[in-house]
Amino acid sequence: MELQITWFILWGVLWGVYFMLDGFVMGAGMLHNLIGKSDGDKRVMINTIGPIWEGNEVWLVTAGGVTFAAFPTTYALMFSYLYSALFILLCALIVRGVSYEFRSKEDHPTWKKGWDSAIMVGNFLPALLFGVAFGNIFEGLPMDSAGYHGSLLSLLNPYGLLTGLLFVSLFMVHGALYLTVKTTGQLSKRSQSTANNLWPILLVVAVAFLVYTNFATSLYVNYLAHPPLMVVPLLAVAALLAIRLFSAQGKPLAAFTASSLTILMVVATAITGLFPNLIPSSIDPASSLTLYNSSSSPYTLKLMLIVVAVFIPIIIGYKIWIYRIFRAPVREEEVLADKQAY
Amino acid sequence: MDVLTLSRLQFAITSMFHFIFVPLTLGLSILTAYMETRYVITGDTMYLKMTKFWGKLFLINFALGVVTGITMEFQFGMNWAEYSRYVGDIFGAPLAIEATVAFFLESVFIGLWIFGWNKVSKKVHALSIWLVALATNLSALWILLANGWMQHPVGYVLRNGRAEMVDFMAMITNPDGLLKFGHQLTSGYTVAAFFVMGVSAWHLLRKNETDFFLRSFRIAATFGFFATIAVGIFGDMSAVEVAKVQPTKFAAMESIWESKRGVGMNLLLLPDPPNECNSVEGVCVPNAVSILAFHDPNALVKGLKEFPPELRPPVLPTFISFRLMAGLGTYFILASLVAMILSRWGNIQKQRLFLTLLLYSLPLPYLANFLGWVVAEVGRQPWIVYGIMKTSDGVSKSVSLSQVVGSLIGFTLLYGFLGVIDIYLLAKFARKGPDNDISSMIKPRGQEA
Repeated sequence: MELQITWFILWGVLWGVYFMLDGFVMGAGMLHNLIGKSDGDKRVMINTIGPIWEGNEVWLVTAGGVTFAAFPTTYALMFSYLYSALFILLCALIVRGVSYEFRSKEDHPTWKKGWDSAIMVGNFLPALLFGVAFGNIFEGLPMDSAGYHGSLLSLLNPYGLLTGLLFVSLFMVHGALYLTVKTTGQLSKRSQSTANNLWPILLVVAVAFLVYTNFATSLYVNYLAHPPLMVVPLLAVAALLAIRLFSAQGKPLAAFTASSLTILMVVATAITGLFPNLIPSSIDPASSLTLYNSSSSPYTLKLMLIVVAVFIPIIIGYKIWIYRIFRAPVREEEVLADKQAY
Repeated sequence: MDVLTLSRLQFAITSMFHFIFVPLTLGLSILTAYMETRYVITGDTMYLKMTKFWGKLFLINFALGVVTGITMEFQFGMNWAEYSRYVGDIFGAPLAIEATVAFFLESVFIGLWIFGWNKVSKKVHALSIWLVALATNLSALWILLANGWMQHPVGYVLRNGRAEMVDFMAMITNPDGLLKFGHQLTSGYTVAAFFVMGVSAWHLLRKNETDFFLRSFRIAATFGFFATIAVGIFGDMSAVEVAKVQPTKFAAMESIWESKRGVGMNLLLLPDPPNECNSVEGVCVPNAVSILAFHDPNALVKGLKEFPPELRPPVLPTFISFRLMAGLGTYFILASLVAMILSRWGNIQKQRLFLTLLLYSLPLPYLANFLGWVVAEVGRQPWIVYGIMKTSDGVSKSVSLSQVVGSLIGFTLLYGFLGVIDIYLLAKFARKGPDNDISSMIKPRGQEA
């Protein structure tokens, strides 16, 4: 019992940390051509992302692996039901990854332009698809004992698309703030004004999402039953407002911290609302995948708990060390001087 | 074509593609780390140039290896949902541990290594590539323990309608997993050794940067010689293990139909599966198969006829792949031995014929890796988990034919496109040779701005 609940919480934490970390990579990538005007700008942006994007993407691999190990039934059904969406997601993530590596390897404008587009698309599609997929999970998937009754098109329902839009706009703001902190001069200024301009759109989308969630999902049921839990979504809203406040005061690092917190709290809000479901069924409540009916045996859960209890703190330790090494903003002179640079 | 066949084809294509990049990563990470360590210890800038040159090729190769790995993890759930549901309790653990223990380490420190030349001390920088090498090798351990479990399931009970883990120690000490790990690791080192020797041979034939490529060649030849011998030893031990726990696979590898004691090895052999016999048999080495399988000349070897036809793997691909792989393995030992002797004590630059041979041998260890996996995976059929679950029972029920057709075409086109670009870039930078302007490489710390 406690083991399954612990794993449910960890499952949520892993997705939250993944979206917080890869969120700014996706955000910066979606804004690649919009904020980056010259080749120098774009190279600087890639160099802010370069040292850390792979380590951030591993949180997704871990979230996937942990779903497999701790909730194998959820892993099996979620991944096979969302087959086509995940296929597109994989292609996008593959293209994105190689774009950063390949772009600098050929000094030709067409080559670079091609990879610039690949960076934008390769970051936009995952942001959108993760949003659409999670929106549909919040609503519940049309599944019963006979199997799954949805399709790729049925995922693109209004609520799914709205959640996709929420992810896209939230990650864009998050990414723009990251670039504000990690670059200098005009590029940093342009990033900051992009974040400021995008924030009202994010606010509108977030409000629409919160209202629509009441009609499209059962996420609020847990909150009505246990009102103190309301502190989680309230923190999400407070963090969202704090982004604007800090950004307007010219404190980009604080604003970036606020957008990180917003993402974590949005995920926490959703996970709290889903409990004890991992994936509810929209047509047959008895077929919902819960932390009880889809988990691994106590033996495996305990083993995996020991593994993450030992290794996640170590991982966080060395990741903080690496982020500290690369904490200085990337300067254009520095990138141009090093002919090995990306 | 049905969902099952296409899902198998897709898994084969995506894993083979992933596997163009993985073996080189396993070995080249170690060679690059060795070169950088020599630079740190001796201060000889030649080693720095070597680190940069081979490191660049390492990174171009590495990028595609990493991103195509995610497909592997996702595919178990996407195409093999019934399998994942049935064995996830025990099979999911090594994959999750791989991500947590190894993949994080690899991905975080590769970032430091690529972008940290002027940010950390030389020692810490060299340490970061060692951590990457350690992590890629550790990563292989967990993946191969997972595959080893599919070959020889241990440490589980069938309970609650699925396989549940009851003994983690049994899983991580499973000889099938550990021997595979040893065999695969050293095969990866072989790929890297022949890669470095092949590229070096190309330059030595053109008398480019002779000192640089001679030294690279020497390191690779020595590394390759020990690696290829180890491949053989682990391969022999693996064959013994297969004969013990997977008799159908072993019989198919050797194309043995009748159970017999003291089985000899026919050097000339052509299986005839429809008639359950071999159409050609000749040049027999007496008792060789019995010795190979059980280290006993009179040991009983079970033939395929002992098993009902529906439980036998496809004989022809298993047999041919095994033969070819073993032949190539023998060639690699001889070639790297000669390469080591000539480059250490002879005059390798003058051996143009041998250098040309090595240049064209560059793809062969890749081929041997593929063949080895054909033996392992095709030879396991019709089982997805040997003896407890059939491949046909593991495929997803909810996935439609059009979905798999779409993803199969999509992956093939995308992978084909990226593969061409990657090989083009590898060839381009391999031909370009080392960068001799090291002024931009060595900068004291803190003066980078």
